[in-house]
Amino acid sequence: MSEILIENLSKTFETADGTVEALKNVSLSIEEGDIYGIIGMSGAGKSTLVRCINFLEVPTEGTVTVRGRKLSDCTEKELLLMRRDIGMIFQSFNLLMQKNVLENVCFPLYIQGKKKKEAREKALGLLDIVGLKDRAKAYPAQLSGGQKQRVAIARALASDPKILLCDEATSALDPQTTSSILELLRRINNEFKITIVVITHQMSVVQELCTKVAILKGGEVAESGLVSDIFAHPKTTVARELIIRDANPGSRSFDTREKIRHGEKIRIVFSETSSFEPVIANMVLTFGEPVNILRADTKNIGGIAHGEMILEFDKDSTQTAQMKEYLRSRGLAVGEGIEDVEF
Amino acid sequence: MWNSNTVNMILEGIVETLQMTVISTLLGYLFGLPLGVLLCVSDKDGLKPNAILYKILDVITNIFRSIPFLILLILIIPLTRLLVGKSYGTAATIVPLTIAAIPFIGRMVESSLKEVDRGVIEAARSMGASTWRIIFRVMLVEARISLISGATIATGTILGYSAMAGTVGGGGLGDIAIQYGYYRYQSDIMIVTVVLLVLLVQLFQTAGAFIAGRLDRRK
Repeated sequence: MSEILIENLSKTFETADGTVEALKNVSLSIEEGDIYGIIGMSGAGKSTLVRCINFLEVPTEGTVTVRGRKLSDCTEKELLLMRRDIGMIFQSFNLLMQKNVLENVCFPLYIQGKKKKEAREKALGLLDIVGLKDRAKAYPAQLSGGQKQRVAIARALASDPKILLCDEATSALDPQTTSSILELLRRINNEFKITIVVITHQMSVVQELCTKVAILKGGEVAESGLVSDIFAHPKTTVARELIIRDANPGSRSFDTREKIRHGEKIRIVFSETSSFEPVIANMVLTFGEPVNILRADTKNIGGIAHGEMILEFDKDSTQTAQMKEYLRSRGLAVGEGIEDVEF
Repeated sequence: MWNSNTVNMILEGIVETLQMTVISTLLGYLFGLPLGVLLCVSDKDGLKPNAILYKILDVITNIFRSIPFLILLILIIPLTRLLVGKSYGTAATIVPLTIAAIPFIGRMVESSLKEVDRGVIEAARSMGASTWRIIFRVMLVEARISLISGATIATGTILGYSAMAGTVGGGGLGDIAIQYGYYRYQSDIMIVTVVLLVLLVQLFQTAGAFIAGRLDRRK
């Protein structure tokens, strides 16, 4: 049974300029223990989708079933109880600014009717897990962004949730802090067996953290599956765009782009097992034809190193088909049709 | 002219003005705070949108806000007589002061609560907090600095209104200013009372700012 089952979900908003279809017929199944990424450009409907999982947004059509319970069948009271099983953290942390760190973490415990002493003991334990026990008396305004997100994580864990929703939780943080927060999330998934849903626009977050991913575009799921599969064989343009653009932020400005835009471009991905042989060098020797390496990068995807390269063949080449076959025969994933992707 | 009678009269005026201001403000908040909460919660992007309730409260609030205080003072004399038994003096002035204060305070509270970060409210909802808990434990707590600033402004305004009530025998410093300064051309007494009124407003303002500063945890 799925931990979270989303079936044919649609959400429309009535605005002054007419009806906006934020989500169209989205179906997803998230299993217990998954770290599930939902990625898309801004406006793709990610935030609306994640809010449908705890019914902060009520879907216009379709159903959301969390741990076997259909949320649309819940009464208001049952829904409040369900939400205790679904923790949530946000891009802007959303801490109570007038309450100190300890009281922020106690807040969900008070909702459960816990006494002050019991709540504080538990909150201190949670602050210890996120590494902020010594800041219990500080106020959020005195903390850095990363620390605030840690407090928010401790707060989200206070009600012993089974699911943790992360809405762009690292988008306001610098890369280093992002890594440490992702590390913490991975630990939480591991130690507490909490299913995590991650909303992000950064492919790097998905690659570093998630096991599975769904790519949203225009309110629809363009592609979903294992992160390693999609990274190696992106089928849709939006997936290719997210993967390639994210790998090289800001690179679109390099002015050599026009000069090198000649032959066919391909993207190749190799895993640890295929990284021993000097494949490119051997290919050049075999075919006696130069290739242009436009970019090369290595990434950690689910703990396994993956190499990624963008190659460009000579514009007069007649052997491109054979060369692609050569690369495939060496165990590399070859992606074509990336001409439409700017990078 | 500056004999002990005059001094006593002015001291009494200060006490009366303070009584009127403080009691009217407290009564104003007794009704104005719930009004502001209801206005904020029932508004279309509030916690529990309710178009009919919002419209009714909105219209009533606007009607009372638009009646000039001096007119209101006279208009509700029958009600004042009913509640206090007479239409002049300190106790009688508290009735129109409170009625003028309620919609004013309601709007101040509404705008303070609307300043609360929507994200924080959303976080509380995601934790399964009830509407009541969100109002009392999130909105009123997070908005407290703004609410205190609002209360400071409200107190100053009500103090000003109380002085206006002096024209119809409302008691307090305003009454003295009008009786002696205006009708009897004793401008020295008028100046003294005006200075005292200024000092009182100043006092409330400073105290409010001090409390707000001490309570703010956002810095």
